Amino acid sequence: MEFIYLLFVLVLATFLGFELISKVPSTLHTPLMSGSNAISGITVLGAIVLAGNGDHHFLASILGFIAVILASINVVGGYLVTERMLDMFKGKKT
Amino acid sequence: MEIFQNCVYIVSALFFILGLKKLSHPSTARQGNFLSVIGMFLGVVITLFDYQILDYKFIIVGILIGSLIGLFSARIVAMTSMPEMVALLNGFGGASSLFVGWSALVSTTMFSLFNNVVTGFSVFIGGLTFSGSIIAWAKLSEKISGKPFTYKGQMFVNILLLLICVVSIVFFVLSPIDYGFCFYIIIGLSLIIGILSVISIGGGDMPVVISLLNSYSGIAACFAGFVIENVLLIVAGSIVGASGLILTNIMCKAMNRSLFNVLFSGFGSLQSSQSNVDRGEVSPIVVDDAYLILEAARSVLIVPGYGMAVAQAQHVVKELSDLLESNGAEVSFAIHPVAGRMPGHMNVLLAEASVPYEQLVEMESVNPVIDSIDVCIVIGANDVVNPDARDNESSSIYGMPIIEVDKAKTVFVLKRSMKPGFAGIENPLFYMPNTRMLFGDAKSSIQSIVSQFKD
Repeated sequence: MEFIYLLFVLVLATFLGFELISKVPSTLHTPLMSGSNAISGITVLGAIVLAGNGDHHFLASILGFIAVILASINVVGGYLVTERMLDMFKGKKT
Repeated sequence: MEIFQNCVYIVSALFFILGLKKLSHPSTARQGNFLSVIGMFLGVVITLFDYQILDYKFIIVGILIGSLIGLFSARIVAMTSMPEMVALLNGFGGASSLFVGWSALVSTTMFSLFNNVVTGFSVFIGGLTFSGSIIAWAKLSEKISGKPFTYKGQMFVNILLLLICVVSIVFFVLSPIDYGFCFYIIIGLSLIIGILSVISIGGGDMPVVISLLNSYSGIAACFAGFVIENVLLIVAGSIVGASGLILTNIMCKAMNRSLFNVLFSGFGSLQSSQSNVDRGEVSPIVVDDAYLILEAARSVLIVPGYGMAVAQAQHVVKELSDLLESNGAEVSFAIHPVAGRMPGHMNVLLAEASVPYEQLVEMESVNPVIDSIDVCIVIGANDVVNPDARDNESSSIYGMPIIEVDKAKTVFVLKRSMKPGFAGIENPLFYMPNTRMLFGDAKSSIQSIVSQFKD
């Protein structure tokens, strides 16, 4: 894919990120942080492809394997922690 | 197939965006998190069909190991250790980007200038995020001292390391085959820079650091996306990076400090020697009298701080608030944006004690009406209620927005001793005529008031 095209996506997504978060009540700062933290575990996609290199590039597969483990911890842990926190945020009558 | 994969990635990105949007309202937040999970799941599943994958054993085993570790640690972690947990998870995300960059470098045979640049950056930011988050984790869980660690010439060392790193990146980018060793220098230096830059930051500035590291992990993922030319990584990474920066900015504003100031000067080192102005007498109060005043109060505002987290007092505080309400008083909680050790720390603790979020008020909305409040109870907060931030231009925290509890009719300050707070600054609030100091452990003090109410 062309570099300039990817850069275009980057710029637009960054602006979107700024717009999305600008009005968050402070009550939700922590869940928002851990939720977006889980999203940053999206590197797991890259890790998966690299870990699947097979014996052809053994070192690359091993490094990818480590990346898969780390990113999975980030994704699964991040979402569950967020879920646990949000479970506690309740209104007056539930 | 690649077209189809990218189409699913677009759907994934939509789920992330909607998820984050819904996460910013209390009533839809859970739904938002769920949408974001779906987005991630779709992304992972479609990636498993990627044509480049030849062998699944590492993938399956890796996902299993990682998910199990994530599952167990998220289940067993105590609510009170949430700040360090979030820091740790963030570190893993950064480390993962580092390994993705590394693995991509090892498996490639065609070097392009652009590819070298993004590989260098993804490894650098990934490493920085990892070691910085580990230090933040250690500080928050008190494995190492929360005090800022500063030394002479710190700035010089940091700049020097950064320069060496930039030079290494340049050499690596221009000729990755001849200067392959530079890649390992980048990894090493990124780890060292991460450690040095976080270790010099004190506990009270942690909310800023945590949200900044969160932003870094997104940026690292974004660069990793450029390395392997994956649009979803770029989109998700940059959204997280941008939202982290917004949060960082909110935290900085709440302390009236610039990001530069937080990152490059240990907070404690700022303040000059405090003048020994005679501030008058401190009036202590005993539990019995505090109970009598609270019983007569019609409106009560509770201002929690890090001390409440340390004393684990959130449950008794909730009990007290219930008793006060059944006594006919109106009870609300005012939370300063940087109270505690991470953004929203106090909110999480109070939610754990099942305080409904309608009862939590923000600093901006409570300050204009604070003079109508009968009793303000300050539990383990100090700098965020320091009137010097408003009145005393020579104070090092001058200009920081505060919760103006000193304007309430009566203020109770629950505190262990007269020791100054994190910033090491005297607090004139303690000497005001309408302030009563309730010395002792916050939890047991409130416990005694609660049992008085019950009798």
